[in-house]
This record gives sequence, structure tokens and C-alpha cells, in this order.
Amino acid sequence: MSEKEHIDEVSGVSTTGHEWDGIRELDNPMPRWWVWTFYATIVWSIGYTVAYPAWPLISDATRGVLGYSSRQELTTTMEAVSAEQADLRAAIAEKPLDEILADETLRRFATAAGDAAFKVNCSQCHGSGAQGSAGYPNLNDDDWLWGGDIEAIHQTIAHGVRFDGDDDTRFGEMPAFGDILSRDEIRQVAAHVVSFTGTPSDPALAEAGAQVYADNCASCHGDAGQGDVTFGAPNLADAIWLYGSSEAQIAAQVRQPRHGVMPAWQERLGDPTVKQLSVYVYSLGGGE
Amino acid sequence: MTLATENAASSTASREAVERIDAEAVNTAGKRQPLYAPRKKIFPKRASGQFRRFKWLIMFVTLGIYYLTPWLRWDRGPYAPDQAVLVDLANRRFYFFFIEIWPQEFFYIAGLLVMAGIGLFLITSTVGRAWCGYTCPQTVWVDLFLVVERAIEGDRNARIKLDAAPFSAGKLAKRSAKHLIWVLIAVATGGAWVFYFADAPSLFVDIATAQAAPVAYMTIAVLTATTYVFGGLMREQVCTYMCPWPRIQAAMLDENSLTVTYNDWRGEPRSRHAKKAAAEGRTVGDCVDCNACVAVCPMGIDIRDGQQLECITCALCIDACDGVMDKLGRERGLISYATLSDYNANMALATAGGTETINPDRVRREGGGLSDKVAHFHWRKIFRPRTFVYFGAWSLVGLVMLYALLTRDRLEVNVLHDRNPQYVLLSDGSVRNGYTVKLLNMIPEPRVILVSLEGLTGATMNVVGLDQPDDRSAAVPVDPDRLREVRIFVTLPADRLSEADTSFRFVVEDKASFESDVYRASFNIPEGSR
Ligand code: SF4
Ligand code: SF4
Repeated sequence: MSEKEHIDEVSGVSTTGHEWDGIRELDNPMPRWWVWTFYATIVWSIGYTVAYPAWPLISDATRGVLGYSSRQELTTTMEAVSAEQADLRAAIAEKPLDEILADETLRRFATAAGDAAFKVNCSQCHGSGAQGSAGYPNLNDDDWLWGGDIEAIHQTIAHGVRFDGDDDTRFGEMPAFGDILSRDEIRQVAAHVVSFTGTPSDPALAEAGAQVYADNCASCHGDAGQGDVTFGAPNLADAIWLYGSSEAQIAAQVRQPRHGVMPAWQERLGDPTVKQLSVYVYSLGGGE
Repeated sequence: MTLATENAASSTASREAVERIDAEAVNTAGKRQPLYAPRKKIFPKRASGQFRRFKWLIMFVTLGIYYLTPWLRWDRGPYAPDQAVLVDLANRRFYFFFIEIWPQEFFYIAGLLVMAGIGLFLITSTVGRAWCGYTCPQTVWVDLFLVVERAIEGDRNARIKLDAAPFSAGKLAKRSAKHLIWVLIAVATGGAWVFYFADAPSLFVDIATAQAAPVAYMTIAVLTATTYVFGGLMREQVCTYMCPWPRIQAAMLDENSLTVTYNDWRGEPRSRHAKKAAAEGRTVGDCVDCNACVAVCPMGIDIRDGQQLECITCALCIDACDGVMDKLGRERGLISYATLSDYNANMALATAGGTETINPDRVRREGGGLSDKVAHFHWRKIFRPRTFVYFGAWSLVGLVMLYALLTRDRLEVNVLHDRNPQYVLLSDGSVRNGYTVKLLNMIPEPRVILVSLEGLTGATMNVVGLDQPDDRSAAVPVDPDRLREVRIFVTLPADRLSEADTSFRFVVEDKASFESDVYRASFNIPEGSR
């Protein structure tokens, strides 16, 4: 610090005594409004810490006399939102599915709500876009193992598929033909199944498989492989294959079938949510 | 000779007859105030003259525009509001007479702001801080508040006396009347603002009956406070300390910009006693040091100190001084709008090229009057490269916006292609893509918009929830001035997968108005199907 006060010649203001390459810093006072604003913020902060949660304590913090909490605010907001939606929710709970679909507002609300519920509960298996994967059906397409109308979808979601905990669950199981048919017969029948939609590796093999198919498979999958939704027997004459479409993959499925399980959601989520999910899933294919 | 001119004007008042006003500028070259000196009160005297009249007119027009615009009606048919200027925040629409702007067209506003900025450069480089002096809301409202103040408390001297007077019932009455009227003006100002954001007549009723939204009252309260504080209490402080314009605008002035100037080349040496000076053999300038220019100044400064940041170029000092010059029988324009280059030329003339102190005789003619050598402003100086550039840029933005406005689409389509899943394989082997198609009907009338596929031979289209006679197109009714979102599934049959060109177009048309828009879309097909 400089010994004696230095006064700047031009402005007549004293300097701080700091000097850099001959440049000195003027020691102008703070603008008054600035200083008062600063004091005002201090006063304000005292009031604030009294009114709002502020000072940290060992395991908690002071609560503030206004009793504000952000968690409480969130709850209030959420309650206000659900109060606003109460009418819609009540209508969805009451009305049958076809009426919900017919009502533009309800349908939109149910689709949006169903979308949210789907992301939380269903996307783990079916994918976030409901596109499915091997073993988990794609819900966007027009091939429905258990029926694709709104009631059938609702039934499937509500009670699940091959789900132990629900008596009304969808049930259908294909026997493991590895124990019933010979290896050749399985190869024949696989070739025959391929011939429904494509060209088998060996036409003679497929020819031979026709009889095996008629004896063992047609009762569930239909004479022409068209499937049957009452047993969840897949349509074998379309382009969609849950476990693959090659002869080897089909043969493997005949020998030792894999069966997916889907939980029943009625009890867990409640009927309104299941209805919303149904409407959403139904909407994916544009409601076909 | 000075004596001669003085005598020649004997029909007019002598110098001593001009009343000297006891006015001290808040900050002068001779007596610089410290930066943090407390504020000095200013009691601007009423001015009269050509600029004052012009300013009354501008005040009348600008206030009229501000207060009355929301009440103008404009018929837009049954589906849109009939308020000529309306910022409809709830529906996100902006209406300006025949123009309606959607949020995505906000660039028009940005363009207007750019034009306002360049326009300000243009105006400033030609006529200086005309914005500050004439049209700035701060100036206009301060003027309005001063009208009230003068009406109640009287002109300058009366106000000074009242201010100094001890507290009394009369003082209280005057002061409260003044502040009451100020608050009423402020409320009206804040009140007028909210009418731009809702239907003015019905909002007026709502406000009066305490049924308007809280935000309306809050806005009115905030604007009432700012109007009252800025216009009534802070006044010149806002211009000098808060506003960035004085700093910016000063940077845009050059030596050919007109600014309010004290022409000291004819005014100095200022003197109240011409005869005494003449007797002593001294020449005197035209300035009689009457302080009229300081007394009228709403900024409380002395223009004779030269161009300064505080001066808003309101030109009231010109009026005041012209009045004095008239009384003395001298040419007006001791204080005038002048350019720096003219000023410098005249200064050089009066000081013999800067070699001597100012001698006004050098700029005077024999027998009085200004010499022919004195430079005056010529309008041609407005046309300089700088102003051409500003004007060019300003008109360019304006023309581009005008073109955009005249050719803009009132029918638009936006498309979101589903990404998850990218495509769906259907049981017959065909592939389906989903699109969310947004149809924007930007006119206040209902329309039926025809959506059709162009390209992607063999593909069919299905609009969810809509009856569709044709599988390549659909007529979608859209509400007036609304956006409608539809889901469209496009399906390409299995046998076309291998050869299809996967780019195609959604074409939307309004058959009635021939408007159309196109979206170039693409179609995803499974890998390996080609
Ligand atoms: S100096 Fe003159 S022009 Fe500038 S603000 Fe004062 S009265 Fe107005
Ligand atoms: S410039 Fe004009 S108004 Fe100002 S003191 Fe001189 S004579 Fe008076």
C-alpha cells in the first residue's frame, strides 16, 4: 500500500494505491442505490430464512414459519392435476371400452395415459415402441395371438398369458413334439409349415410333412395353418414369426416349444389403467 | 459597431430588459458535480415556440395511439377476434389489422425489431437523438406529468417557492392533488397496456367489476408503479443514469448529424451589459446570459456547455432562446439544430482559425445580421454514404419481410415419421410406416384439406379415424385457425418392397383456394428386403 494518499489529477478522486504500469485505480465510492440494494438484500435474506426452510441442522433443517416445502408443493400440484382429470378418469372407469373409443376426448386421454403406463409396465418386454422382439410379440402389427379387437386385448392385459396367479389367464400350450414325433417327421412338418408362405428347402420333404401336420398340428393351427386365437395358436401362414421363420427355428419350436408368459395386470394396476393400456395398444395399429 | 447594431435594434428590448432567470444547471463544465452528488431538483419552465408546438402534437399523437389502439375493431369473420391489434397469448396468436401471426412466424417481429434498430441508426445519424427528444415514452410521459404539475403548482418560480415553503394545508392540498392525478394517469397507462392482450371492451368490464384475471391486475399495478415512479418522481434521472440509449446513440452521431447546439461563435462573450462593454471597447456576443435556456431544460443542464450526455435534444432551449432573440431583434438560432462540421466551420470563422478568442464581429455583417460566410445546415447533408447504408439495410429487411408476408403460406404440413418402431411388418408381408401429420390451417375459416400420397407406387394410405373413399388420399376437415394432428399409416405391399423408391411426398391442398404444401417423406423398409 502506498504511504500517502494519492489523488488522481484528472478526476480529483483519490486512488486505491494500486498501480499497474502507471495505471491507477480510482477509489470511487459505491453508487448509493447499489449499496442500499445490497443492504436491502441482507434484510430480505433474514426475513427469508425465517419464513422459509433455510438453516441446516444436524439431521434436518429449520422449517420456516410459512411451513413451505417443495415436496408439499409437488403433492398439491399433483393433486390439483388429478382433480382436474377426475372426470375423465371416472368416465374411463365407468364406460365400456367401445364407448371410450367412440368418444374423442376420452380416447385421447386414455391413449396418452396408456402410453405412460405402457412405458412403465410393459416396455421391458415389448419394447418402448411396442415393437416386441423374438419371443415378445410386436403389438404394432396386425397379427394377434389372442385376438386384436379391443375386448380381446383388454382380456389379455387384465389376466395375462399362462400366468399362474390368475384363474382367467389366457392358456394354451403346445406339446413338445420331440417326444412324440421322430426327428424326420419334425423336419418334414417344419418344411411343410414353411411351404404355407414360402419355398421349403426340399419340396418332397414338405409333401411328406403334410400328413404329419394334418395328424398333429391342424387341430390347433388349422388346416391351412391359419391359427386359432382361442388357444393362442399362432397363424403359421403369415409373415410374422415370434420365434423365427427358418426351417431350423420352426423345427426347434416343434421339438421343444417355448412359451412366453405375461403377467395379469388387472389386480396390480386396477381396471381403469388396464382399460387405458388396452386403448393405447389398440391405437398402435391404428385400431385394426 | 457593436453599439451601432445595438442601436439599430432600438425598437426592441435592450439586453438589460431581458429578465435574468436565476437558474443553475445541475452539472456544468465550470462546476463539475461529483459522481455521487445528491440529486438536484429541477423545475423546468414552460417553453413556447415552434418545437414546443411540434412536441405537443407528437405527444398528442403518440399518447393517442397508445391509449386508443386496443379499442379499434377489425372484422375477421366469425372465427377470429375482431380487435385490430391483439396479442392473444392464450391461443398464441398475434393479430395486427389484416395480418395474423402464428408463433412460428415470430421472425416477423424479430424483423421489425431489426428494422427499428436500423431505423434508429438512420434517424440518429441524421437528426441526432430525435427519438429521445420527441417520441421516447419516458420523454412523452414526463412531459404529460409536467403539464399536470404546472397546472396545479404553477410554473417554475411558483413551484420553487412551493417546494421551499414550510408545510401547510395549501401545500398538502396541491401536492396530493398532483400526485393523485399522476397516479390516475399511471393507472390509465398500465390499464391501457393489458387491453392489448385481451378483448378490450370485455376486459374493461371485467376489470371494473373485479372479475379479471389476477395477472391483469398485477400487470396494471406494476406498470402503474413504473409510470408513476419514472414519469413523476425519477424523470431526468432515468435518462441520465438508467437508460442505455444516451451512450449508444452518442456513438452513432458524426460530424454531419444534427444536434441541439449552442452557437458560441456568435454568442460569446456572453454579457448582460452591452453598453458598458462597448464603452470599454469590448465586443459582446448575442448571448445575454439570461439563463432562459437552462430554466426550460427538462434535464436541468446548460446547453452552452456543449453537447453532453444528458441532453435529450428536446429542443426546448431552442424555443426559449429564440424567444429571447426575438425580443432583442436578433436572428434566431443562437441555439439551434446544427451539425458539428458547420459548427466547427463557424467557430473557425469567429476565432480566425482558432488563433484568437471568439470575436462575434467576425461572423457579423456590417449593420448587423450574420455574415454570408456563416455555414448553415443544408438538407443535402442528410444523404451521406452512412445514411445510404442504413437506409439500404433498413429497406432491405423491410422488403424481404414484405415479400415473405405477401407470399406466405396459410396452409402448412409438418410430418413426424415414427422412429420406434421404424416400420411394422404385417401378416401379409407388407410393410407399414406410421406418420404423425400436422395440418396447419392458418386462416380463420374452416377448411377441408386434401392429403394425398405422391410417389411410392402401390402404397396405400390410411388416416386413423377418418372415412376415406380413396386409399391414396383423404379429405381432412380442419377447424378455423387451428392445427389438426392426424395419424397416417402408409402400407407398401410385399411385392413392391424390392423395387420401391422409398422417398415420397405428402401433398396437402385446399381445393377451394388452390393453396398447397408438400412434405418430402421417406419410407422405411426392413433391411434385406431389397
Ligand atoms: S439542453 Fe436543450 S435540448 Fe438538451 S435537454 Fe436541455 S432543453 Fe432539451
Ligand atoms: S443561450 Fe439564449 S436563452 Fe440561453 S442564456 Fe444565452 S440568450 Fe439566454
